[in-house]
Amino acid sequence: MARLEKGIILSHRQVAPEIYSLEFAAPALAREASPGQFLQVRTSPTYDPLLRRPISLFDAEAERGVVTLLYRVVGRGTSLLTELPVDGLVDVMGPLGRGFTLPERPEKVLLVGGGMGLAPLLFLGRMLKQGGSQVKILGGAADAQRLWAGNRFERLGISFSPVTVDGSAGRQGLVAELLADWPELDQVDRIYCCGPEAMMAAVSKIAREHNIWGELSLEEHMACGVGACLGCARLLQPGDTGYVKICKDGPVFNMSEVQLFKLD
Amino acid sequence: MESAKQDIMIDLAVDLGGIAMKNPVAVASGTFGYGKEYEDYLDISALGAVIVKGTTLEPRSGNPPPRIVETAAGMLNAIGLENPGVRAFAQEYLPYLVEKKVTVIANVAGNSLEDYAAMAAYLQGCSGIAGIELNISCPNVKKGGLQFGTDPHMVKEVVRAVKAETSLPVMPKLSPNVTDIVAIARAAEEGGADALSMINTLMGMAIDIRARRPVLANIFGGLSGPAIKPVALRMIYQVFPAVNIPILGGGGIMNSNDALEFIMAGASAISVGTGNFVDPQCAAEIAAGISDYMVAQGIGSLREIVGAAIQR
Repeated sequence: MARLEKGIILSHRQVAPEIYSLEFAAPALAREASPGQFLQVRTSPTYDPLLRRPISLFDAEAERGVVTLLYRVVGRGTSLLTELPVDGLVDVMGPLGRGFTLPERPEKVLLVGGGMGLAPLLFLGRMLKQGGSQVKILGGAADAQRLWAGNRFERLGISFSPVTVDGSAGRQGLVAELLADWPELDQVDRIYCCGPEAMMAAVSKIAREHNIWGELSLEEHMACGVGACLGCARLLQPGDTGYVKICKDGPVFNMSEVQLFKLD
Repeated sequence: MESAKQDIMIDLAVDLGGIAMKNPVAVASGTFGYGKEYEDYLDISALGAVIVKGTTLEPRSGNPPPRIVETAAGMLNAIGLENPGVRAFAQEYLPYLVEKKVTVIANVAGNSLEDYAAMAAYLQGCSGIAGIELNISCPNVKKGGLQFGTDPHMVKEVVRAVKAETSLPVMPKLSPNVTDIVAIARAAEEGGADALSMINTLMGMAIDIRARRPVLANIFGGLSGPAIKPVALRMIYQVFPAVNIPILGGGGIMNSNDALEFIMAGASAISVGTGNFVDPQCAAEIAAGISDYMVAQGIGSLREIVGAAIQR
């Protein structure tokens, strides 16, 4: 069940250029959330900016009753969000949307994240590890600072292979290039992917060529977040006659359902 | 005032032109889906009414994205009436609302007088509908929609055509995109409208300066949210003295103070639209806030303050 909750902020800090981590107490939400779902976050109590911002769950720890969001400041809403003080309240709605499908038995899993697309993969990685899967992650970003989340994966025992555009950490280039050259690709059972659409398109192509089951997570501007306003509409395939709603039908889709053509 | 506070019996129920509402707060069409979408957040059967997503005779897939964009204290939408059609509404979505004892107002939009009449006739045969809101003011569809709502003669004709097919209360939703809202309201009343719903969205647009093109794929969209509240209030204030049918007022209502402004401008009941996106519980909170105000002010029935701000 989704809920409207005001969580007490436990920590709120900048972790990389433009990137913030917001940790708050929300026991029921932490218990009910699953990886790949998102929250609709009120950025200020005023009416301008008006709408909530959809932010994916970076982590939801049921035992601690704590939820963590990782977000990037992209405009006025997220900029206002950075001002929320520790011990203050954050107004959230959720958990929302259809998250990642977890395997029924342990599998060999590869996570592929680009930029802020790394955020929803941490919670997923933790749940996969809990289920006994063997998990590795390929993470790409502009530079080493923006790969801050890498340590969090390592702490979970998930080996993190970095790629940066400027070469300041790991291989220089794009994460999809690292995936294409990945030596153990033929032993991989599933790939979960989140990041810029051009990157997800490249990853989906590699997964398809190697016959690997895969899921990816899409993003759209949203108003309601619950499937009521029909604002976050999108065609999954170029010739489709009906639109899916990212908030309710997604944000996670199977790679085979989606043909990414809105490249960014 | 203290004694009034204790003695007063509050009656929140509203008769909106034959639509019996438990309290004066409805949720606006297109902002609340078919009700079920919000069941985790509030008791939808406790709402004054749920005005369901706009329905057309045949299914519509809606406009291509981007369909929405945030603006200063508001948002633009160009959904394009995506809906499964009136039959699917009645068969797949209505039963849940009936089972939950929700006061349901259907919202219908047509391309022609015949479309409106056919939907009215079809809904007449469905049990569990308290009234019909006529969408004659959707700015986001190429045919029909707005064109029915901007010409007084057409407004009268469409209301008359619908009334001929149904005994349910009929409430056209007026477009603010007109020069003379009073003429439109009078025409609706002459056509036999039981109530008026005011207002729909204001037509607007936003431009992406990096791409040098409109943000919305539909180019234009309907502006809603707190940004339009002064316009809605002004129009209701103008229409209230000119008609003898009740008004369901809405346009940027976010809290009970906003709602009370609408009531004092002449609305017998109010609708919350975009506010639902910001706070999915706000409709319930607004009803509670109105009740608190009535207790504090010693007002037994909301009727005492409908139009109270009108300067005669």
